[in-house]
Amino acid sequence: MRIGVITFPGSLDDVDAARAVRLAGGEPVALWHADHDLKDVDAVVLPGGFSYGDYLRAGAIAARSPLMRDVVTAARHGLPVLGICNGFQVLCEAGLLPGALTRNSHLHFRNRDQVLRVERADTAWTADYGTGQRIVIPVKNGEGRYVAADDDLDRLEGENRVVFRYVDGNPNGSSRDIAGVASENGRVVGLMPHPEHAVEDLTGPSTDGLGFFTSVLKAAVNA
Amino acid sequence: MVGGVTGRGDDGEQRAGTLADVSRVVVDVVLKPEISDPQGQAVLGALGRLGHDSITGVRQGKHFVLEVDGTPDEAELKQIAQTLLANPVIEDVELHLTTD
Repeated sequence: MRIGVITFPGSLDDVDAARAVRLAGGEPVALWHADHDLKDVDAVVLPGGFSYGDYLRAGAIAARSPLMRDVVTAARHGLPVLGICNGFQVLCEAGLLPGALTRNSHLHFRNRDQVLRVERADTAWTADYGTGQRIVIPVKNGEGRYVAADDDLDRLEGENRVVFRYVDGNPNGSSRDIAGVASENGRVVGLMPHPEHAVEDLTGPSTDGLGFFTSVLKAAVNA
Repeated sequence: MVGGVTGRGDDGEQRAGTLADVSRVVVDVVLKPEISDPQGQAVLGALGRLGHDSITGVRQGKHFVLEVDGTPDEAELKQIAQTLLANPVIEDVELHLTTD
């Protein structure tokens, strides 16, 4: 199962994302933002970092890259896509996920191990979790405050598209403690915390993040 | 949404030659009123500490200056403003066509 990991100028966590894919039993495939080539991958991960130095708005310029046009088209046809942190910002800027990520309400960069509640265990990236399960993975961002118009938040909640919520403290002031959301079909998921940093006991606070990458292997098989 | 566009007649009718004389387009982007602006609030706090008690609010935004070759296409400028310079989910944008 081939899982693509896109590198943009300024991506930081592409190597960790590829490592997480490998530990989960998948084959990581390096993708370059300036190519028009998805290399026949079965799913795509947009990693964390500071693409284009967060110039203009976090994720804004990366969202207009050549490869992202292909990702948008493929996602609309069901390709599973996961955006982590800066990758989540890119997905919102590209219009694949609703809402926007803005400066943390307290203005500080926040870096800590974070408890999340899994609100949906039926997306392409969360099938190996249970609904209501609590997981601990790192969060590290300066512009992670999820916002959308109240009507849009109501609609998202009504459509059950909130995938994760912050528990035991909201690290950035996100509306309604939202940490991650999904597309209507549950194939595209974005979140600010970093599952790829919680896949080994040696380096992470847990191995709770591994489930993202094992889940998508099944989703890709079933597609 | 795109806010007011300066450089046109009050009736919305394009004045003869106005757009053709334009070489510079200024685009101002501000957070929508309902989106909280912690950076503006931090600036407001600093102003208070400096004794500027008459300032009761600060909203921080972005200011772009576009140099245009030839006659600007207003529809194209609006599209640029709405699809790249601003994120319509959180920001409002205003175009100013200047003739200097």
